[in-house]
Amino acid sequence: MDACGAAGVQWGGSVGPARTRPGGVGRRSVLAMDVAGDLELYAQMCFLRHFEERADSLYRQGLIHGPVHLGLGQEAVAVGAASVLRPGDYSLGTYRGHAHALARGAPPDAVLAELLGRAGGICGGKGGSMHITSVEHGYYGSYAIVGAHLPIACGLAWAAKIRRTGQVTVCFFGDGTTNIGAFHEAVNLAAVWRLPVVFVCENNWYMEYTPIAEVIPVELPAADRAAAYGLDRVVVDGNDVAAVRQVVGGAVSAARSGQGPSLVEAQTYRLKGHSAADGGAYRPAEEVALWRGRDPLLRARAALVQAGTAEAKLDEIDSRTRSDLADLARQVLTRPAPDPSAAWTDVWSDGSWQWRN
Amino acid sequence: MAELTYRQAVAAALAQEMARDERVVLLGEDVASGGVFKTTGGLRERFGPDRVWNTPISEQAIAGAAMGAAMAGLRPVAEIMFADFYATCWDQVANEIAKVRYMTGGQVSMPLVLRGANGSGGLGFGSQHGQSVENWAMCVPGLKIASPAGPAEAFGLLAAAIRDNDPVLVFEHKALYGRKEEVPDGEHVVPLGQARTVRAGRDVTLVALSITVGTCLAAADELAGEGIEAEVIDLRTLVPLDAAAVLGSVERTGRLVVVEENPGQLGWGASLAAIAAQEAFGSLVAPVTRVTGGNVPLPVAASLEAEVDVSPQRVLAAVRALLGATEQKTTLSG
Repeated sequence: MDACGAAGVQWGGSVGPARTRPGGVGRRSVLAMDVAGDLELYAQMCFLRHFEERADSLYRQGLIHGPVHLGLGQEAVAVGAASVLRPGDYSLGTYRGHAHALARGAPPDAVLAELLGRAGGICGGKGGSMHITSVEHGYYGSYAIVGAHLPIACGLAWAAKIRRTGQVTVCFFGDGTTNIGAFHEAVNLAAVWRLPVVFVCENNWYMEYTPIAEVIPVELPAADRAAAYGLDRVVVDGNDVAAVRQVVGGAVSAARSGQGPSLVEAQTYRLKGHSAADGGAYRPAEEVALWRGRDPLLRARAALVQAGTAEAKLDEIDSRTRSDLADLARQVLTRPAPDPSAAWTDVWSDGSWQWRN
Repeated sequence: MAELTYRQAVAAALAQEMARDERVVLLGEDVASGGVFKTTGGLRERFGPDRVWNTPISEQAIAGAAMGAAMAGLRPVAEIMFADFYATCWDQVANEIAKVRYMTGGQVSMPLVLRGANGSGGLGFGSQHGQSVENWAMCVPGLKIASPAGPAEAFGLLAAAIRDNDPVLVFEHKALYGRKEEVPDGEHVVPLGQARTVRAGRDVTLVALSITVGTCLAAADELAGEGIEAEVIDLRTLVPLDAAAVLGSVERTGRLVVVEENPGQLGWGASLAAIAAQEAFGSLVAPVTRVTGGNVPLPVAASLEAEVDVSPQRVLAAVRALLGATEQKTTLSG
């Protein structure tokens, strides 16, 4: 069964014709954006917004086992970057990774089942919110140890370079990551090996609960460090989906054509706290209000209206996406828990867990 | 049969596997120029720069790049020059490489090898370059661990590790690199998880790994002169652990001495002793005994190092005490 269609949730709703990814699984995908319009980008961001708000609500109801880190407010980075990737490209994200998985085409019901600890979770219930992975869609994992996945992204890019496949790897991480050793080891290796990898720093100005000015000695955590690795200083408005698409698109093209890695700093803001358990009270009200005014959905919406899209159409996308996700959550919640026997599988490649005879 | 040193055996195994499978690629510090322990000599010249990659001194990048390449379908072999340096990339090894298959519900495979120089062996490398650290890895489900005791084992276990679809850490012993031995001709692969009986005996089972195999054989020679027949088992791999081989031997001998180079705090020998206590209790006629490295950081001066390293003399003392205690117990109970 089509995972999205099961609950009536479709990417982009009635916007444009349904597309199937080459070699994909028959569901609509946010990939293959070559014919995508601004309206579809908006619809995708709208989907991510409502997915995360639904996740927040489910967390508050005590239905999610373990921590959840929401990408509310950062949708334009995920959608803009995914829109320039090809099906065979690799991407990786952090524990704040729902949006990045979904933006590559991970089935929303399987992601939600993973969050809710229900059968059919995308990682079989063994990863949870912080480890959402969909290899089938090129999303090679969400990593919960800060910085760990930058060296891993180098490895994926290295394999593509050795095999001359033209695949590009895009690795998303936060501002706080620029202080950990793995960041520097990975960007250095990518630069000296000229790997086809694009590092995208989502600078949301807070390292967990701490403003970055307290912990980072330069103004811009990624951009101001690029020169140390011989890379250009690249900053993009991370709340402008078109700008992200353009800048990350340029970096991806450069990587694909053998010009080596890029380090892109996308400036954005978390609309909520570090995790769903955090109210974010340490942030000044004026600052939050300022960034709420820069909400990527509001801005995309304003641009669409200015270009002639009817507000009613945008309202319809918004309300239908919201209700589709409510339906999806209800449907996933009717599923049973994973069979306990699954805890004993997938340690080794033969499927077993035994370490001795 | 060709006579190879342990380091030549490592290079020969790498060459064998690189020739049969183009997905096998090497990375590490100085590997393109043969490596500081000369275990990768000639491989760059033979297989070219796309197969053998020099890295910066960046163990996190090395281990992480190996992981990413393995996820993409290559079979990377990464050199971690000294096993002590796993401490600098332990997140990649213990949190990522070991767990990614499980955490993703089996979406990815992790066919990679991390290999490098391990152990003391009385070379004066000290606390940060001379440790035996297999135990670090043994605490983490998801890692396989091989620790070869000689050239033929080094060749065969490394070949098996490269062919394995799971992550394998191969701990080569730096004090054995110069050791020469006949290595079988042709394709040579030693399956992971199969211990070998190096010497048969009926009185006591000595379980060894890597350099302590030689330590135990030396002790067994001495014991034979005293009329004591020691059986020496080389575990070869800690994960998978061939516990059945040990339990079978203990059933025959009734006595078990575990000889490990690392400190005794925790230690793989403790795990093995617990298995024997639980599953071979009826066969044991004496307490399980462990001979281990000292529970101190490794000192450098030769006299201090010898004080804490395992040695045939310490194995002899343990076996004599064990047999003495058993005889005393037998006499008393008789």
